[in-house]
Amino acid sequence: MKYRLLYFASLADRAGRDSETIDSAATDPAALYAEIAGRHGFPFARERLRVAVNGAFTGWTHALADGDEVVFLPPVSGG
Amino acid sequence: MSGFRLADAAIDVRAEALCLDDAGAGAVVCFEGRVRDHNDGRSVQRLDYQAYAALAEAEGRAILAEAVERYDLRACAAVHRTGSLAIGDLAVWVGVSAAHRDAAFAACRWIIDEIKQRVPIWKNEHYADGESGWLHPDGTAVTTDG
Repeated sequence: MKYRLLYFASLADRAGRDSETIDSAATDPAALYAEIAGRHGFPFARERLRVAVNGAFTGWTHALADGDEVVFLPPVSGG
Repeated sequence: MSGFRLADAAIDVRAEALCLDDAGAGAVVCFEGRVRDHNDGRSVQRLDYQAYAALAEAEGRAILAEAVERYDLRACAAVHRTGSLAIGDLAVWVGVSAAHRDAAFAACRWIIDEIKQRVPIWKNEHYADGESGWLHPDGTAVTTDG
């Protein structure tokens, strides 16, 4: 399936981009993160991140659909 | 009325506070979060805020709606900057109005704490030694050169 990934903050720096579209066999965010974290050298264990799909927070076992926008959110630091 | 928004230009606090006017409000409390010239022992020269805008605005609105329920507010609003900010710039503004001061103080504090914990906004600090780092709240920056 094709997924649109957005990257923010240190994840965007590590990936060298703020978005990409990838083909993946992953069917949930947990598997997708495992796949891309290794490729981009992301420094975060999954437990430190939150995940959002199509603009809403969701869980790591959420069933992904073709074309979904998936965002792995590092710990936030607004304010 | 209540509202949360991101702003890519300076926040006009007097204009923002107009939405807090309410004949039943005996207390108005506003918080200004400003850019500080130091953090964690390092000299900070400026910083950038980046937001996942769609989710930040939705989460901000959810926080304000929760605050209205929890503290019986007459109104509340919050604005968070994005982009590049200088020392002393206003980074985040929160305003609440309530019938009495106890609820107004408590709600304002609760809202800024929730924004810092929940809203997908990230701070990149630029240090005097030329390094910069995205802050992730285990207290350590993920630094890169430049």
